[in-house]
Amino acid sequence: MTRLYSWEGLLFATFVIIFAFNAAFTPDFLGLSNQINLFQLSIEKIILALVMTFIIINAEIDLSVGSMMGLSACAFGYLYQIGTPAPAAIAICLTAGVLGGFLNGWFIARLGLPSLVVTLATLIGFRGLARVMLEDRGIGDFPEWFNALGQKGLIGPLPFALLAFALLFALLYVLLERSGFGRKTYVIGSNRDVADFAGIDTARHKIVLFTLSGLTSAFAGLLFAARVGAVRGDVGSGFELDVITIVLLGGVSIFGGKGTLVGTLLSILIVLNLRNGMGLMNITGHIQTGVIGLLLIASVVIPRIKFATSRGSKPEATS
Amino acid sequence: MALLTRLSPAALRLLALLAVLALVLIFFSTQIEGYLNGRLFNRISSSVAIMALIATGQTLVILTRNIDLSVGSVVGFSAFATGSLISNHPDLNPLILLLYAAAVGTGFGMLNGVLVAYARIPSIIVTLASMALFRSALVEYSNAKSITSESLPAWLTDFPNMPVFSLGAMEFRAGFTASLVVVLIVHFALTRLRPARQFFAVGSNPEAAEMAGIDAHRTIFAAFALSGLMAGLAGFMFLARFGNITVVAGLGFELKSVASSVVGGVNIFGGSGSVIGAFLGAILVDLLETSLVRWAVVSEFWREAVLGALILLAVTTDTLFSRRLAALGARKSKESAK
Repeated sequence: MTRLYSWEGLLFATFVIIFAFNAAFTPDFLGLSNQINLFQLSIEKIILALVMTFIIINAEIDLSVGSMMGLSACAFGYLYQIGTPAPAAIAICLTAGVLGGFLNGWFIARLGLPSLVVTLATLIGFRGLARVMLEDRGIGDFPEWFNALGQKGLIGPLPFALLAFALLFALLYVLLERSGFGRKTYVIGSNRDVADFAGIDTARHKIVLFTLSGLTSAFAGLLFAARVGAVRGDVGSGFELDVITIVLLGGVSIFGGKGTLVGTLLSILIVLNLRNGMGLMNITGHIQTGVIGLLLIASVVIPRIKFATSRGSKPEATS
Repeated sequence: MALLTRLSPAALRLLALLAVLALVLIFFSTQIEGYLNGRLFNRISSSVAIMALIATGQTLVILTRNIDLSVGSVVGFSAFATGSLISNHPDLNPLILLLYAAAVGTGFGMLNGVLVAYARIPSIIVTLASMALFRSALVEYSNAKSITSESLPAWLTDFPNMPVFSLGAMEFRAGFTASLVVVLIVHFALTRLRPARQFFAVGSNPEAAEMAGIDAHRTIFAAFALSGLMAGLAGFMFLARFGNITVVAGLGFELKSVASSVVGGVNIFGGSGSVIGAFLGAILVDLLETSLVRWAVVSEFWREAVLGALILLAVTTDTLFSRRLAALGARKSKESAK
């Protein structure tokens, strides 16, 4: 546990340095509107990162989140265009998320297929369905209240999406740290066989997690539609890699069993502030992603150097 | 059943893949007029020429229980770097240009290899990061310019379409033939040469491989270096085929190469699979995409949805089939013990 605490300490220190740097060199950085904007611009990714934390702690991976986002956003656009009332369309999209997530979970848990391959297939498949619906069109002109939900403050200046993120974080934190469900997530992630022998229904647990991931992705897709006010076939494309990077940088082990939501939250703060700071320094998106990539490698190498003496050699393996 | 026991599971898997390919061809030939002709072969062979190389490298990496998500970025970088070299020095010897593309790719692959094999960072993390890093290196290097086909010498852009030989209406062009030769060489090495067998040994049981005196670290390093080499060569082919290269060249190739390998029967947990399988997988993926675009019954936008379903189907049947086979084998050895 000391390692975890020190890792989070290191993340926190990194965050403070970046934050101080931004605050010192950019006059408007500390303003409330910039701080809200900071979150708002990546709100879908950081919401997805919360559920991805559970999935990776469980020693699985979900590559399909970005595509499910796109599917949900496009389904909303399509349904709205053919005259479905917006609330009904929202309900259908969320149901699609549940079904898609369940499909992933069923193949992974009941058939025992690797999540890397199953969700790679649905990454392509869900994206395909999104494109089937919208082809190469873009759809906008959503109802006023729907767009306002994504763009305007709901309570004071705080937009709905940010409040949803905070609420979801609180709920998931309690679920992971204070509930049996959370303990099971860790146990299954560190050793599935032991969990099976201990009488845990590991397959059902995994299905629940992937269903939750699908539902959250669908929700994130709707948030995107409301925030941007229009949808296209490529909504959320490539998000999965950013989301996974955030979670791994937060100290969640790709082998499962280790990691915390606080780590993920700190990682979110670091990535958002770093991108914001680099953006203000006119560094382009591709280079920003490269810097995040370097950070990701550093996040694995640094603890190795520090703890090299206490660690034995381990054979290579990936999930 | 007699056939089932006589053929190895791997050979059966290839036969099944060939059967699926044949079925797809027969199905679409009843749907699309003038479908089975030389043009179809040309179209698919020129795009498979690039993907087959990448999928071959990806297969080597997957055999050792790893994954290489950086191949798309390596293809992009290699295509761009090779293109800018030849446009600045138009009289350069073609062989040197090819070696340059190979060296660029191998360099990137070795970087991945060191981090995975010696620094022991999980490959999914290393290559996720290096995918972004190599892409940003390309953006820096390109300096917001792109390569245009006008700046390339004619021999380079003509190379992929140069006819080598024909089988009936099928014209084998230089690009595809070159790729096919590379795939066959790697296949021969993997099935016949002792050093290449180590990829299988390390992938099926790393600890046993170590005990048998195999240097697992070196084997994994070699797999990544070779994957980089293949991606570098694919970058050369990409440049020759398209001519116009921007910073997004090769984007998404990493997932497509994993898809080709998996459809081709390469076990994602390592230790089994063949590059011929990955090659046929790449052909099947491309054939489906090309055919769906031309099929009037559904919109061309179905192609990704169908591809996703295909991958899921391939992995499901593979897993269930190999489990059945394992159970059969266990029963047999029990009976013979009695």
